[in-house]
Amino acid sequence: MTMPARARKPEPYAGAAVALPRKHVLDLDDFTLDEIETTLQNTDAMREVLGREIRKVPTLRGKTVLTVFYEASTRTRVSFEQAGKVLSADVINVSSSGSSTEKGESLYNTALTLQAMNADIIVMRHPHSGAPYFLARHLKSCVINAGDGTHAHPTQALLDMYTMKRHFGKLQGLKVVIVGDILYSRVGRSNLWGLTKAGAEVTLCAPPTLLPPDFMSTSRQHHDHPFANVRVETNVEKAVEGAHVVMALRLQLERQRSGHLPSLREYSRMYCINPRRMALAHPDALVMHPGPMNEGIEIDPEVAHGARSVIEEQVTNGVAVRMALLYSVVTPVPSERRPS
Amino acid sequence: MKSQPILIKGGRVIDPAGGHDARADVLIKNGTIADVAKTIAGPDGARVIDASGLVVAPGFIDLHTHLREPGFEDKETVATGTRAAAKGGFTTLCAMPNTKPPADNPATIDYVLRKAREDGVVRVLPIGCVTKASAGKELAEMGELAQAGAVAFSDDGHPVGDDNLMRQALAYASAFDLPISNHCEVDELFQGGVMNEGWVATRLGLRGVPNSAEEVMAARDISLAALTGGRIHLAHISTAGTVEIVRRAKEQGVAVTCEATPHHLTLTEQAVLGRLDDNGPFEPLTTASYNTYAKVNPPLRTRKDVDAVVRGLKDGVIDIIATDHAPHNRTDKLCPMAEAAFGISVLETALGSVLSPVHGKAVGLPRVIEALTAAPARILKRTDIGTLRKGAQADVVIFDPDASWTVDTSKFVSKGKNTPLEGATLKGRVTATIFGGAVVYEAKA
Repeated sequence: MTMPARARKPEPYAGAAVALPRKHVLDLDDFTLDEIETTLQNTDAMREVLGREIRKVPTLRGKTVLTVFYEASTRTRVSFEQAGKVLSADVINVSSSGSSTEKGESLYNTALTLQAMNADIIVMRHPHSGAPYFLARHLKSCVINAGDGTHAHPTQALLDMYTMKRHFGKLQGLKVVIVGDILYSRVGRSNLWGLTKAGAEVTLCAPPTLLPPDFMSTSRQHHDHPFANVRVETNVEKAVEGAHVVMALRLQLERQRSGHLPSLREYSRMYCINPRRMALAHPDALVMHPGPMNEGIEIDPEVAHGARSVIEEQVTNGVAVRMALLYSVVTPVPSERRPS
Repeated sequence: MKSQPILIKGGRVIDPAGGHDARADVLIKNGTIADVAKTIAGPDGARVIDASGLVVAPGFIDLHTHLREPGFEDKETVATGTRAAAKGGFTTLCAMPNTKPPADNPATIDYVLRKAREDGVVRVLPIGCVTKASAGKELAEMGELAQAGAVAFSDDGHPVGDDNLMRQALAYASAFDLPISNHCEVDELFQGGVMNEGWVATRLGLRGVPNSAEEVMAARDISLAALTGGRIHLAHISTAGTVEIVRRAKEQGVAVTCEATPHHLTLTEQAVLGRLDDNGPFEPLTTASYNTYAKVNPPLRTRKDVDAVVRGLKDGVIDIIATDHAPHNRTDKLCPMAEAAFGISVLETALGSVLSPVHGKAVGLPRVIEALTAAPARILKRTDIGTLRKGAQADVVIFDPDASWTVDTSKFVSKGKNTPLEGATLKGRVTATIFGGAVVYEAKA
């Protein structure tokens, strides 16, 4: 592998990781293709660290990482915590329950308090779209979005892309089908940005009620539209035909009550990723799911735990991706590479 | 009231109610318009205001203001709201009843009127609730509210959702010949939305409000007005579809009037991205995105809708311009979009905003002034305001339609600094406002 021209001398403790010219990771819409590729390369370096006998490097020694989760989470929070600890950062977990938020403190005041504790990086998950942008606007700390409302989940998208690239060697031209609750899925949205930038051929598949209304209309035909070439397909059999990657999204079980679906049973019959549907995909197709799964609804247990499933590998790769990003945002790069 | 006579000399006097648009002098004596003529010699002791190069018009009438008092004095008071109005050229405000307690009883109407007498600098006309506590369950005591001084009824912010209750309200209010101003929004279609439905909402991951949320209820209200003979006034219409629905209703002779706000005449959903232009809908988000100051209900729509609303204003389908001045305090907006309050502080930027389509040649200046003066006076059935006819109340605004200025909310008189226009350049500025024959605002030279 040739090193990118702008690469500096490799960091002694974290393999060949290269810093990114950015302070925050809010979504992938502002990532250049170069930044995406650098991040995926850095993730390789971090995976090497995770494969060592002693999984600890001093790269972020003396840095404080706060994980602030306003929504329940197991894998993402633990993943960030582990990522920070392997890099020797001081990781402090803050959850909204049992905190000042329960006493009615506003996000703004909570954020100022956390900043006053000299957090270098704040990793936040929040039920409201845009909350990490709000933090980034008002605080000096680096902000990493660990999922905001129905908007974005960039670290999940990067780990998904990393997993795909590991298996296929490239993302360009890869046929990726995302099936499920596109309307409310932050995972789907961030993957859409990342995958389209990387040149993958993306198909979104869902009943029309779970697709953004403007994705069903002609608005995407605008020549500048970033998703002009994204295919929207309401028939899952047609969508998965020849696909290299089939990604099922978690269905929020309240969608039936809110009138988006007649029943979970009908959804399962029409959209569940099962062996019969996987047989229509490319012979080497991967099955992915961001978790947590509703087995039997959006994904058949046989597929979820079958030979093509990389769902557990996604979790492992998630730690490496988050190590790469924690490293990237706090490591200074030459000033000319900082965005103005 | 014995006050110093005022002679306004040499301005372009635009009085749509009197069909007047020419260079003239205006003489004010004893709180009323004494004369409008080509040249008037000032009486002894008169104060002379040189209005050459300026426009002289009746003081603006706002049919839709949130003064917040009583109950939300941290956001606005009658004292600050009426001073903001004076600065914006408004001399009559119709105060919305969503106060705490709401104006569903004569005592609250009395309180607002007393506050206006004691603390106000312009006229305040209270609006009463349609339903008790604006809860949409039972009619408020509209007869008593009318006797106390309510000039219209509205549950603004809470649409009257129950079709039959709206029917009864329109029928009942027709006994007093007062309009019902309805905030058209079908709750089931609104679904907790925070901005316009479409690409911008999709990319921001925000819940969108479809045009139909407004249009379905506008069509219902028009049908019920035709059924009952009541007077329906559609508040702050925002979509091209609603403009067409009102256009057809007016062609059929239904007693419907409607208003558009300065922001729905000028701004699009792009303001939520932190932009006041049409560029960059596909560019990466920045930390200026999720601009809570652009969160308003009904939401800012698309360019197509803005153009249709401006056309509706030009054609007279839209009768009036009303501000929906909705002041909030800092913390109400200093939060993620979903938690932020709806509303924009409008009074001090209204003129600069509504002159933008005038400068853009999309609508004429006299029509815009009519929509701020004669037309709202007609809805209020007042012949003594909104005009410069001899004998009318001496409510006058003098403004420079070409003066450019930069919006600086730290200089707002209103407690509400919540506007997406912070830092924007507007063209058109009030130089003086006269209410009842007295100068209540004068720009520093």
